[in-house]
Amino acid sequence: MSQMLAVKTENLGRVYQIKRKRGESGPTTLVALEGVNLEVRQGELFGLLGPNGAGKTTLIKILTTLLTPTSGRAFVDGIDVVENPQEVRRRINMVSGGETCGYGLLTVEENLWMFTQFYGLDFKTARERIQYMLEVVGLADRAKTKVYHLSTGMKQKMNFARGFLNDPQILFLDEPTLGLDVQTSRILRDFVKRWVRERPGKTILLTTHYMVEADELCDRVAIIDQGRILACDTPANLKKRLQGASVFKLQTTPLDTLEHFKQLPGVTQFAGHRRNGHTELNFILEDENALVKVLDAVQAKGGHLLSLEKREPTLEDVFIHLVGRGLSDEESPPERIL
Amino acid sequence: MKNFQRELAVFVRTVIGRAYPRLIGLQRERSWLFFEIFLPLLGTAAFVYIYRALGAKPEFTGFVVLGGAMTAYWMNVLWSMATQFYWEKETGNLALYLIAPTSRMAILLGMALGGMISTTVRALAVLILGSLVFRVTFTVSDWGSLGLVFFLTLVALYGMGMMFASAFLLYGREAWHMANLLQEPVFLLSGFYFPIKSLGFWISAVASLIPITLGLDAMRQILYPQAGWGFLDVRIETLTLAILSVVFLIAAHRMLLWLENIARREGRLTVRGQ
Repeated sequence: MSQMLAVKTENLGRVYQIKRKRGESGPTTLVALEGVNLEVRQGELFGLLGPNGAGKTTLIKILTTLLTPTSGRAFVDGIDVVENPQEVRRRINMVSGGETCGYGLLTVEENLWMFTQFYGLDFKTARERIQYMLEVVGLADRAKTKVYHLSTGMKQKMNFARGFLNDPQILFLDEPTLGLDVQTSRILRDFVKRWVRERPGKTILLTTHYMVEADELCDRVAIIDQGRILACDTPANLKKRLQGASVFKLQTTPLDTLEHFKQLPGVTQFAGHRRNGHTELNFILEDENALVKVLDAVQAKGGHLLSLEKREPTLEDVFIHLVGRGLSDEESPPERIL
Repeated sequence: MKNFQRELAVFVRTVIGRAYPRLIGLQRERSWLFFEIFLPLLGTAAFVYIYRALGAKPEFTGFVVLGGAMTAYWMNVLWSMATQFYWEKETGNLALYLIAPTSRMAILLGMALGGMISTTVRALAVLILGSLVFRVTFTVSDWGSLGLVFFLTLVALYGMGMMFASAFLLYGREAWHMANLLQEPVFLLSGFYFPIKSLGFWISAVASLIPITLGLDAMRQILYPQAGWGFLDVRIETLTLAILSVVFLIAAHRMLLWLENIARREGRLTVRGQ
């Protein structure tokens, strides 16, 4: 395979076996990934965008050698993750958002030092990198604080810092800003962008279900749902797929049923949900004329229009266009059941 | 050669890195002073008074105090070695250990080394306090043999702990129950508070698979050569401990590889609340 690829998967699949008690009915397998073909170039900041349960974390687990695929192959920096996992580990690190690491009894810098030792870093290098990363995540003044005194957000920041300490060739960021406040998320996103730009050849594979994050950070994005890659391109090119279509977001008073909106003439795709006491409707229309039918339908259902916004297509619209529902919609099953 | 040096450096650094939290815990978590010295002393005291009430020879008090001190190692192996990977999995550390390019044995060894050192401080505290409170005197007939037996006992015991730890890569609460199940029977079979010889040859022979059984028996023979309660000759017990050390360490290594592969295949390495 080409040396220019940081990650490559060939027909990658993962099926989980489900243990059932005697007499318990139901499926015995879960498909988490199916026929995934992906190529991530060296130096790329590549995004995997999909709803919860789409298979993003399963893919990361396979690429970081925590899980073996049930079919297909995966390569990291040209190395087969199943045949030579130890070589893969020398080149990678991983940060999972919402996770913490280490031991509460140790201070922030002691915890980070412990993890550097698993990568064989000498004392001086480890210390320099720890100090640098603590500055980046804004924890420099907490270096001597015991971890159990930190807030959850601070622990997450420490975990984020840990991921960069071994200066990995390929870094896997699994929902890195999950649960963090807006300002911290922005700081971390800026750093991620800078890290890749300033270090030629370094690659980041980022999974997220925040479309803004994928749009803002990634050179290319793969949209994944129910274990399958549905599209893969630059954010701009993905959005171009909706060129000519009209994208509208409506807020109305609460509506009981939303199903009928899909059947309206001129509606290409539709996703809607209730939020904070109102109903939010996202439409991709063939043209603006179809909007009249939509507004009629809202009125017919007894709803009142609260706001109407015509906007440029976003990655979420691309997702809606491809899947027929929004990234945050609950009806998405975690995995397909065979 | 360079590769070997690099691997060795990572191995050694991992051992030190993973041992560190255990050592630092001694200083920072002072509650152990009460729970791990005072409480074991209470249990020890009960047996001391039983022996005294029955008019047993004074060396039996020494047997009990030594057993009380060695209890700390068994508890450490069971709850801080064997079950440790369960906690590491629950807290998310396990995944981070496993994606690092280091030997898993180095991580286990670090845990073991840290545990051994911190437990030695606790065991010594129990031994010294117990000896002072109950006026126990030890006469060491052979320091070399005592040191060797003690060292081999710890290697074999922590080797066994490392082997059990591997099981937690694959199993969660099931293994936890097993650890629970092991606690009290091992107290009995290892002869913490009485000479193992009193269980009879065959039961003692089976109990000898637990390294602390022979270790305690040999140490008691070295400290009280005149007591005459030894199960086997000290040299045989030392040799058996050496064999057990090698067997448990190799078994731990093999089991770790084997169970890690199964866990990776079945997706159990990162499953929580198992």
